[in-house]
Amino acid sequence: MAMGSGLLLIAILCMMAVLGWPLVENGRFFALFSTTWSPHAQAYGILPMILGSLRITVLALLFSLPMSIGTACLAELLAPRPLRRLLLVTIRFMAGVPTVVYGFVAVFLLVPLMREYLIFGSGFSILTASLVLAVLIAPTMIIFFVNGLQSVPRSYCHAVDSLGARPMQKLIYLLLPQAYPSLLIGVILGLGRAMGDTLISLMLAGNSVALPESVAESGRTLTAHIALVIAADFSSMEFTTIFACGLILSLFTVCLIVSIRLLDRFGTRGAQHREMSTESRP
Amino acid sequence: MNRATERGLTLLCWLCGLLPLAILCIVICYLLVRGGSSLNLALIFDRVPAMDALLGHQQVFDGLFPALCGTTMLVLLTLALALIPGLCGGIYLAEYASPLERRILGLLFDIIAGLPSIVIGLAGFSLSILLHRLFPGRFGPCMLLSAMALAFLILPYLVRSTQAALNSIPQSLRITGPALGASKLQNILLVLLPSRIQDIIGGIILAIGRAAEDTAVIMLTGAVASAGMFRSLLDQYEALPFYIYYISSQYTDAEELQRGFGAALVLFTLCGLIFLLALLVEQGFSRRWKR
Repeated sequence: MAMGSGLLLIAILCMMAVLGWPLVENGRFFALFSTTWSPHAQAYGILPMILGSLRITVLALLFSLPMSIGTACLAELLAPRPLRRLLLVTIRFMAGVPTVVYGFVAVFLLVPLMREYLIFGSGFSILTASLVLAVLIAPTMIIFFVNGLQSVPRSYCHAVDSLGARPMQKLIYLLLPQAYPSLLIGVILGLGRAMGDTLISLMLAGNSVALPESVAESGRTLTAHIALVIAADFSSMEFTTIFACGLILSLFTVCLIVSIRLLDRFGTRGAQHREMSTESRP
Repeated sequence: MNRATERGLTLLCWLCGLLPLAILCIVICYLLVRGGSSLNLALIFDRVPAMDALLGHQQVFDGLFPALCGTTMLVLLTLALALIPGLCGGIYLAEYASPLERRILGLLFDIIAGLPSIVIGLAGFSLSILLHRLFPGRFGPCMLLSAMALAFLILPYLVRSTQAALNSIPQSLRITGPALGASKLQNILLVLLPSRIQDIIGGIILAIGRAAEDTAVIMLTGAVASAGMFRSLLDQYEALPFYIYYISSQYTDAEELQRGFGAALVLFTLCGLIFLLALLVEQGFSRRWKR
């Protein structure tokens, strides 16, 4: 078993090496960070894609955050008990709905609406993609938020209850401040999912390579860029840029996970309280 | 904080909180309205009799049957590749690893779990380029490659769920076996694993769901829009998620679009069923074991 695990590790490292190799071989890494992408003029800047990814991710997070916090509070505190359970099960189900189905429905339902009422273009824009992405990442965040709210020490809750706090006061003054490390972890995980998603931005963001000036315009993300270039052709320099995209995405993931680890370390002070309180629970 | 603000905040919470449910309802209703009418045997088998298609006597061209077959084969193959390493890795991390090993391996698996699926697809694709260079011959994107990449994708989920299941075993049960003279391996296989089997199976089923729905990986490693029936492991193949994506961007007439809605509904139902199964396993088993 130990050997199996070791072999796995080696396999993983090999995969990483294979992924990064063509770029090292090429040696023109920093030329990639220019703003123009036009293969005819030998210009292969991937900055528009990086910015596109960032914009879509941040927007999706902005839309998703109030929704997630609202649902988490509802599921943990405000709703009547049977509804809480229903809400949690539904949220877990939503985490398993195929991304491509969301994308498909949005192409035929949301895009025409956007075209008619909001942005008057083709309807495929950064805004459209981030709206759908917000729905996609909400379950991940909600599940973490609920966990965070649940792990607030029981004794604190009893104390606040016995002081006669109303639910909303309990939420604002006790639960949210106490649970903020796990709220932050939830947000980081949501960020990772939004950044890494391919299908939504590929299907809904329009995929133009120009640097977008507003969110109502079409844009392209790193993930969509990988998918599009692979679909297009296998040749030369254009092709190697997708490995740069892959590398950036991987590095981004590593940063996120490490920051979550660090946050977790800070949260361990709270964990001691938690253990004490679980012992005293009936 | 006065009463009015409190009321307002509560109302806001309710509004925000019910939004995901409303969106889910809209998605389901829309799919049913647009795709419900096309949901019949002809959607899957076209005009070929069902038995003939299932037994392989006749080819299905305009139906979802090849895509369904491709997805099923792909999931089975992925599971065959990932199940043993996943379970063993989880057992190793929970029972054998030293704290340092546990931290390093845990961090690694967390990173793999967080990698965007398209990056994993890209890794699979570069593997095929490498193999192509090493063995000049025909080894392009194929089902085996997709299954390998997908196995890599679901591996951390399997490891983590197994590990979490084993870690949640109370100390009293953990030390009973060794106290009665069982070896460590006997204790794991005969006492610890069976006591948490419902969590482990639940984790496996959820991993299956992830493998079935992922599109980005298979898009890069061998799924194509029309490959016909699945033939061999080293061929390109059709898969349901990729078919849906393809239809959404490349449909030519209303009939094809209708089939796309049907396919989306089928995939949605499939994932719903997988989720229900996982839920039932979790609840059913736990009731039996608590008795």
